[in-house]
Amino acid sequence: MNIDVRIPMGMMFTLMGAVLMAFGLSTRGNAEIYARCLGVNLNLWCGVSLLIFGLIMVSFGRRGQTKIQKRQEGRTAKRS
Amino acid sequence: MATFSAADGLILLLYLFFVGGIGFSLRPYIRTSNDFLLAGRALPAWIGGLALACISIGGEEIVAMGALGAHYGLEGAQLFGVGAIPAMLFAGLYMMPVYYASKARTVPEYLGLRFDAKTRAVYACTFPAMTILGAGAALYVMARAVTALNVFNGLFYARHWPIDAVLPVAIAIPALLVLAIVLLGGLTGAMYSQVMQFFVILAGILPVVLIGLRNSGGWAGLKKALPGYMHEWHALSWTGSGPLGLGGVGLCLGLGVALAGSAWCVDFRLLQTAFAAKDAGAARRVPVVAAFIRIFLPFVVVLPGLLAISLPTPQSTTTITIENGAIVRNTEVVSQAAEAGKGIVPAQADPASGKPLKDAAGNTILDYAAATPNLLVRYLPEGLLGLGLAALLAGLMSGVTAAVTAFTSVFVRDIYQPWIRSDAADAHYLAVARWTTLGAVVVSAGVGFAAAYLGRGVVAVALILLLVNTPLFATFLLGMFWKRTTGHGAFTGMISGMAACVIHYGLTLPAGAHPGLHGGWIAVLHRYPNAIAQAAWTALFGFAVNLIGAAAVSLGTRARTSDELAGLVYGQLPPGKGTKKGWLKQPETWAVAALLLTIAVNVFFA
Repeated sequence: MNIDVRIPMGMMFTLMGAVLMAFGLSTRGNAEIYARCLGVNLNLWCGVSLLIFGLIMVSFGRRGQTKIQKRQEGRTAKRS
Repeated sequence: MATFSAADGLILLLYLFFVGGIGFSLRPYIRTSNDFLLAGRALPAWIGGLALACISIGGEEIVAMGALGAHYGLEGAQLFGVGAIPAMLFAGLYMMPVYYASKARTVPEYLGLRFDAKTRAVYACTFPAMTILGAGAALYVMARAVTALNVFNGLFYARHWPIDAVLPVAIAIPALLVLAIVLLGGLTGAMYSQVMQFFVILAGILPVVLIGLRNSGGWAGLKKALPGYMHEWHALSWTGSGPLGLGGVGLCLGLGVALAGSAWCVDFRLLQTAFAAKDAGAARRVPVVAAFIRIFLPFVVVLPGLLAISLPTPQSTTTITIENGAIVRNTEVVSQAAEAGKGIVPAQADPASGKPLKDAAGNTILDYAAATPNLLVRYLPEGLLGLGLAALLAGLMSGVTAAVTAFTSVFVRDIYQPWIRSDAADAHYLAVARWTTLGAVVVSAGVGFAAAYLGRGVVAVALILLLVNTPLFATFLLGMFWKRTTGHGAFTGMISGMAACVIHYGLTLPAGAHPGLHGGWIAVLHRYPNAIAQAAWTALFGFAVNLIGAAAVSLGTRARTSDELAGLVYGQLPPGKGTKKGWLKQPETWAVAALLLTIAVNVFFA
């Protein structure tokens, strides 16, 4: 198809990761919030992992998107 | 109690924006009815595989699988190994080539090409009824699970909205999103969103599983806390004495062949992901890719149920402290239903009195569906809770989008086009498909609302319809691999198989249930230990009757010639496009690897 799904997906996870990381950093040392998850700053950890995952997906998606565009240009060139 | 904070809201909004927005970005590329209904047959295998893996835990399954773990322990994972992997690999290796070579655009259309109009018509009627009721039931079950968490109550109180409105809103919002995705993006939008939802499910639930395992002292600690629950195969016997109570025959033939086959080899909700593949080779790889993913899914969807029952059951407590000479009593009241529960899985409460409900045998009925949602709320901090709720929503929506697209395809291709108007321009069918999508979403939301007010009966009816469709696997098996099968034979087999299912369901009852919607409305001749065993044996009876009936009538009627069957039966297929060279690139190689991996995982957790 014409859009590589990894681009929107990567963007979503990058933004989610950034939000979670920022929230995790701002609530660092807040024992009350993290009491339920054994004192681990889960927001920070998950935020960082999602951010990395999202960025990887976007970069793969970019590569896929250029492939799609090249294929389409080839097709239109053949037709004309 | 957990509350919903601004950070949670932001995460949830990001999720809704991107998943809902996928339809908008695809809108310009949907030009023909095949773009809309079949994703233009242009998708690579990995997208199909991820979408298929996502749908298979979609709908209400995402909580149902947690419920399975909480109820039956690790034995519930049998549904993932025996109950899925062999059937998925069979579908990929041997059935997809036939479906794809036949050029059928839907599963019922294949029946029409292979047999005749009447077999196609029967399936074109029972399948949409099953999907739409299933989608409605899923909307209701998930809305109820989210409502029971009470996380949105604060939000509603603050805006002076009635608290009773949480349930209808929780049905309406996912329904509207599904509508936006499918109406604009068609099957491509649905499958793209499913790929995204799959990773949202992982991201939302994996942290809970990891932190839950850490809390109970790792795998060994969990084993110690739950003796008898942490073995997948220890309790297996031929007669069925384990918690799942299936026994060897019921497990292998009932679950592994009849039920699994009717899902993975026939159900168009699942198979449409492979139908949309760009070539025959990719279509074969879709179920194989999904099988690899599914081997590891129990860790994400079944394990939360086990973690939930391993936690201490909440009790009402009174703590007395002395502050500045004054005695302070601090009472924490837990509802009776939660106290009667197991771990953080509460008992089902009588809506009027709040007392825990008992079954016919006097045992407390536990609300196992609450296991996964409760675990999310128990462990996830503010911020991640938004992602956890997004994961539940993602599970629900992936299943409902699959139901809506499958319904639309079958309605347009197998009801509208052959019976109502067969000579219109393609643009007409595209418009009809869009209207059908709208209708499908409205009706399934309506079923969801009906279930909310009429109770669980609607969910039970959806299950009965699902069971009625299970014998169909026999029809396809005969049709594809036995040239002698005739249209009259297939038709007789289908009808008698469905009738056998209904009769078997009417004569048996799972333990503890009252006769009625759960079976036994004719008479109770046999009691199964649980509903899963009943479903597996019902499917097996239907399958056997269908197989025998179809074979017997086929032998007595005139078969089609070999030439007529070119491209419709296995063994008479044209060489498929997209088959890669080299043994490492053959789906067969990967199927064997998946089987070995399944066995290894099962032995490890035996």
